[in-house]
Amino acid sequence: MNVRSQISILFHLDKCIGCHTCSIACKNHWTDRKGAEYMWWNNVETKPGTGYPHRWENQEDYKGGWTKDGSKVSLKGSGKFRGLKNIFHNPNLPVIDDYYEPFTYKYEDLFTAPECDDQPIAKAVSLITGKEMEIKAGPNWDDDLGGSPLYARKDPNLERLTQQEQDDLFQVERLVMMYLPRICNHCLNPSCLASCPSGAIYKRGEDGVVLVNQEKCRGWRMCVSGCPYKKVFYNWNTGKSEKCLLCYPRIESGQIPACMHSCVGRIRYLGVLLYDADQIEKVAHADEDKLVEAHREMILDPFDAKVIAAARANGVHDSVIESAQHSPVYKFVKEWKMALPLHPEYRTLPMLFYVPPLLPILGKMEQDLYDTSDEAYFTTIEKSRLPIKYLASLFSAGNEGTIREVLKKMMAVRIHRRKETVGDINAVEKALTEVGLTPKIADDIYRLTALAPLEERFVIPPAHREEAIEMTKMVLVEQGDTGFGFTEQPSRM
Amino acid sequence: MSDLILFAILPYVALGIELSVSLYRYFGGSYKFSSLSSEFLEQKELFWGSTAWHYGILMVLLGHVLGFLFPKEVIAFGNVSWRLLVMETSALTFGLMALVGLVLLVRRRASRARIRAVTTKMDVFILLLLLIQVASGVGIAVVHRWGAMWYASALVPYLRSLFILEPNIGLVAGMPPLVKLHLVNAYLILGILPFTRLVHFLVLPISYIWRSWQIVIWNYDRKKIRQVK
Ligand code: HEM
Ligand code: SF4
Repeated sequence: MNVRSQISILFHLDKCIGCHTCSIACKNHWTDRKGAEYMWWNNVETKPGTGYPHRWENQEDYKGGWTKDGSKVSLKGSGKFRGLKNIFHNPNLPVIDDYYEPFTYKYEDLFTAPECDDQPIAKAVSLITGKEMEIKAGPNWDDDLGGSPLYARKDPNLERLTQQEQDDLFQVERLVMMYLPRICNHCLNPSCLASCPSGAIYKRGEDGVVLVNQEKCRGWRMCVSGCPYKKVFYNWNTGKSEKCLLCYPRIESGQIPACMHSCVGRIRYLGVLLYDADQIEKVAHADEDKLVEAHREMILDPFDAKVIAAARANGVHDSVIESAQHSPVYKFVKEWKMALPLHPEYRTLPMLFYVPPLLPILGKMEQDLYDTSDEAYFTTIEKSRLPIKYLASLFSAGNEGTIREVLKKMMAVRIHRRKETVGDINAVEKALTEVGLTPKIADDIYRLTALAPLEERFVIPPAHREEAIEMTKMVLVEQGDTGFGFTEQPSRM
Repeated sequence: MSDLILFAILPYVALGIELSVSLYRYFGGSYKFSSLSSEFLEQKELFWGSTAWHYGILMVLLGHVLGFLFPKEVIAFGNVSWRLLVMETSALTFGLMALVGLVLLVRRRASRARIRAVTTKMDVFILLLLLIQVASGVGIAVVHRWGAMWYASALVPYLRSLFILEPNIGLVAGMPPLVKLHLVNAYLILGILPFTRLVHFLVLPISYIWRSWQIVIWNYDRKKIRQVK
């Protein structure tokens, strides 16, 4: 057993209101710079939808992630031979138009326009060329199903649905959508890292944050196509790749990452997971229908004496072990088995987990009527408007049973709480036992879902950076220096 | 006198600048070492330009290095006419490939507004120098019908004299202007290299081949931190 610790994230999609506050917080912190304007390390996309960048889930084009290859997994697009062969031109690279060309407006024209009969307008100008441009796409261009025929209809996940099911989804009275906030998953088997020819990307041992060393990055841009989630971005100005850094400077000083702290829906949770690094290869190679289960299994019980001993032997600090014991992510992922990784079939072992949305509460219409009786209202998940197949395509490599299990649990908790607060539903016991919950656990789930205050949603381990730094640097000499950032002006030659 | 400066002093100055600046920059953080890829802003034209250019120039450079290291073997190899034909045709093919690729790259840089936005003066300068270099190289082959055999027998002795620090400019004094241009331009490129995007080829990522797939770095010594508590 090779115990490592990972700062893990959980997004409770049932609570996401799609307000994009998270994206703005991130943008203001990290990507409001030349070359990074188009980047959204955190973005929230509407599903069904093509997402950002356009159709990022289409690995036929972008070839991100890993595939099973005999007894191993191999990189789908890059790799030692193919990566070096394609280094002069990467055929799978998403380009600026797959995101959008960043723009601003000539606001000054509004003030300086001469008097005339028409209102002056502010024309759009490209932030790359500085020339006037026609805007063809922008951030969240397809928000809330905007431009459905072009976007929602082209969602790669719909391929698992029959034509009838797809058509149903897009009837006006039956329209359904959900929000999918995304940041880097800080994977255990990152394919961005594996495809970097320079070895500039690395995973931090202490907390599992995946970072791009800006001084070692040579702009070979294999990571951009290599990440199946398209969460490594190419800065067209500096010629280097950049990505979500899980706000590590904040985490190290005990603060919550900006996107999570600002989350209006309080959908975000953060905490330590201990895992067995010896199993990475095996889990990445698991059969598709066992991926989620295998991934869950490699996450270790922080209360188990053996795990604790192995963790200590491996240099995991006691304070980190203790933090793991209070991790809200551990509860959702491992104890309650309610949270799932996004697209586990990419085999990167993402460490950001999602509680799928139980939505909408009103199921499908039948004969133009909604069944609003208590029984129908609170019991059926099969009738949910968003097909289970669709969620399965997102969160369980197509395994519908896994999704059904989670949704039923969520439903059971609702029924239980309805019984407690209103008292007009009786099928509680059946609902709870069917999914193996007790009233006590159901209350715990309810509490952590709906009531938990900030300190319970975010359990950040001490980073011990002070001690770490003392080992390599003369702290008194460096006192007063800026802690991080570019040590050299990030400009071209 | 000018021969002395151009063929006996310039090469050392160029090499000196190249080595000192490159090393200084590399060990001082190496941020500037980047391919500065512009594929993100334009993908289709880059394919033809970049692929033809790189495969062409790398093979040509390889040829130059082989000729420099093993002149006798190259001459012996070329003594049989069909082998000479193979050698000369492939050299010229790669040379033309590089030339065509480079012209495409220059055209792309000049005609695409997005690419122009990320083009520095240094980019233009180095592209021009490279264009002169490749054009003069192909020109020597075509105009003077000089190729591998001539390089190995007539020019390599001069280049070797530079390396043993006894520059023999007599060996180049009688060369045609095109050859002299090729040489001087090469030294210019060498000297300016560390200030341009060309530094990317000094950091070929070959270690990728043997490095492990995943890299995990600890900020602190894992065993030591246990005692800190
Ligand atoms: C094996 C070593 C080399 C590798 C891996 C390599 C790789 C690259 C890459 C990735 C780019 C960026 C292409 C893009 O825009 O996406 C590039 C551009 C370039 N390379 Fe290389 N290169 C190598 C050797 C060379 C050599 C030997 C030369 C010249 C002597 C050279 C000259 C150039 C030039 C001039 C460009 C800029 C092209 C433009 O105008 O966009 N490269 N190279
Ligand atoms: S801030 Fe929270 S609620 Fe708002 S979009 Fe982001 S994740 Fe959803």
